[in-house]
Amino acid sequence: MNGLISLFRRLEGPQTKGRGLLFWSVFMVALIGAIAYPMFSDGYTVGNTAYFFVWVFIALSLCLIWGYGGALSFGQTAFFGIAGYSYGILTLNFGAAYGFTLVAVLAAVAIAAVVALLLGYFMFFGRIEGVFLGIVTLAVTLMLERFMAQTAGPDWRIGAARLNGFNGMSGMPPITIPWFDGPIVLFADVGLYYLILALVVVVYLGLRILVNSSFGNVIVAIRENPERAEMLGYDIRKYQLINFVIGAGLAGLSGVLYTAWGQYITPSSMGMTSAALPLIWVAVGGRSDLTSTLVGTLVVLAGFQALTIYGSQYALVVMGLLLVLTVLIAPNGLVLGAMNVIGRLVARAKGGRN
Amino acid sequence: MDIATFAFAALYQFADAFAFLVLSACGLAVIFGMMGVINLAHGEFIMCGAYVTATAVHAGLPLPLAILAGALVSAVVGMLVEFVVVRHLYERPLDTIVATWGLSLIATQGTLIVIGSTMAGVGTPFGSFQVGAYSYSIYRIVLFLAALGVLGSLYALFNWTSFGVKARATIQVPHMADALGVDTRWIYSLTFACGAGLAGLAGGLYAPTMTLVPTMGATFLMEAFVTVVIGGADVFLGTAPAAAVLAVVKSVMTSWQGQLFGQIGLLVAVIIVVRVLPKGISGFLLRERT
Repeated sequence: MNGLISLFRRLEGPQTKGRGLLFWSVFMVALIGAIAYPMFSDGYTVGNTAYFFVWVFIALSLCLIWGYGGALSFGQTAFFGIAGYSYGILTLNFGAAYGFTLVAVLAAVAIAAVVALLLGYFMFFGRIEGVFLGIVTLAVTLMLERFMAQTAGPDWRIGAARLNGFNGMSGMPPITIPWFDGPIVLFADVGLYYLILALVVVVYLGLRILVNSSFGNVIVAIRENPERAEMLGYDIRKYQLINFVIGAGLAGLSGVLYTAWGQYITPSSMGMTSAALPLIWVAVGGRSDLTSTLVGTLVVLAGFQALTIYGSQYALVVMGLLLVLTVLIAPNGLVLGAMNVIGRLVARAKGGRN
Repeated sequence: MDIATFAFAALYQFADAFAFLVLSACGLAVIFGMMGVINLAHGEFIMCGAYVTATAVHAGLPLPLAILAGALVSAVVGMLVEFVVVRHLYERPLDTIVATWGLSLIATQGTLIVIGSTMAGVGTPFGSFQVGAYSYSIYRIVLFLAALGVLGSLYALFNWTSFGVKARATIQVPHMADALGVDTRWIYSLTFACGAGLAGLAGGLYAPTMTLVPTMGATFLMEAFVTVVIGGADVFLGTAPAAAVLAVVKSVMTSWQGQLFGQIGLLVAVIIVVRVLPKGISGFLLRERT
């Protein structure tokens, strides 16, 4: 019980913005709004909203690795793809009976994490840092896309699952929960929305606890000054590697949910453009804070979607412009900047009363 | 196949891979080596060079002049980009990656909107010659010579000219060079333009051999990255030997299992090399020397 209470105390801390009654009231209002939302909307729209939430995990993973850990990884999209393809291959082979899709979700995330462990071992124990880390991870991502794109033809199959080259895999079963009176199949509808919403809340709160724990403090210390962290006796390679693997798992979760949501996955979901998008959400939102990343991701995604209606080819140009301008003008991110201003105003209001 | 034709085939493959690696990487390597900036819009400068070259050829310019025009236009665009974006980010190397990536998105998508999804290409000049049972393209030999030429002229530029001396002074101790009256901002600007121009040159040289699409830069990008990562910060002690080593890996893997495995071989090589030589080949050589 005491352990649980101290765990909850970690929800607030030096590494996360937002504390106190006001912040958590806003959080609860937002959460209740999100829970009540399907009652005021139709299944199709709710399914589309679930699609936005799918991307939150990969954004948070980048926030953790890049924003908190200071290691710019372009590999998140690779882990996204690996997990997505793994889910497809597993479920196409073993079907959806007996709750196997849930096992497949876990297995796919685990596969992404293991790949990250291997890659991360070579990178962090080779002590490459800064820009090189970005390049190596990007090279891995591009390579994976090229590899999957050429897997057309009947030779490329794993069991019953054909990889289908550039067209990608499709037709895998959605997530299915076994239940007493028949299994519940979560199509891109209200059911899947609630599952993903629950995961978002759990992951968000879990990450808040993680980054405010001693592990999170060490990660931030490494970002601020790797030599100093090492002098203090931490094996920074291990911390970076663990952080990288956690991030890869989260990116993998996005990939699995994406595949289960639309029942397809293609190699272009690992391409240059797909790798750029999470970066844009996180950079625009505010990479060094979980809440800013979460809000920024949803806002930018919604904006992107709105732009796409008017012309998808222009939407990407706008996104690129947004990224360049954010880096030049507000390097900490727009949402984080706004939250800092609000925090200052609240503090001033309190100061005025005293 | 007798030994001589086999040896020639292997040599030709190696020269081809070497030329591709050197030409696609040297622009990136110059910018990275001089300023520690990774230019993720590198592929788009290559694309720019190729497009300008093709346009110039269609307008009636002879190919060599068209290639030079491609390189020049890329260099000018590079200078502009440095002035508008990169200049403000020298203290934040990670942010330059992000910003240049934004530029790359804008450039790829912008080209797609303005010019369309393909562009009429340029025919490969010079034809081919026969050794044993196989025929080889002469233009590939020209590309190899061009790669050697680029390495040679870069060496001359950085060692024998006043710009080169100032540039090397600027990399070593920027504020000292500044104090001695070198306009370091101008040097950075020129260096970036030089790197962009080299990318444009690579694009122009390869324009006759590939289809011109807005995303063509990505074809060069991985090879360029891999060479620079393995090579490290020095163009001559790093990029050239790295390209030589990688060309062996790539040509062996390609002739054994096909093009894709050539690229996978490169990737595996880079992951292993960063574990063993974190500062790249040039870092290793320089450490041995001192």
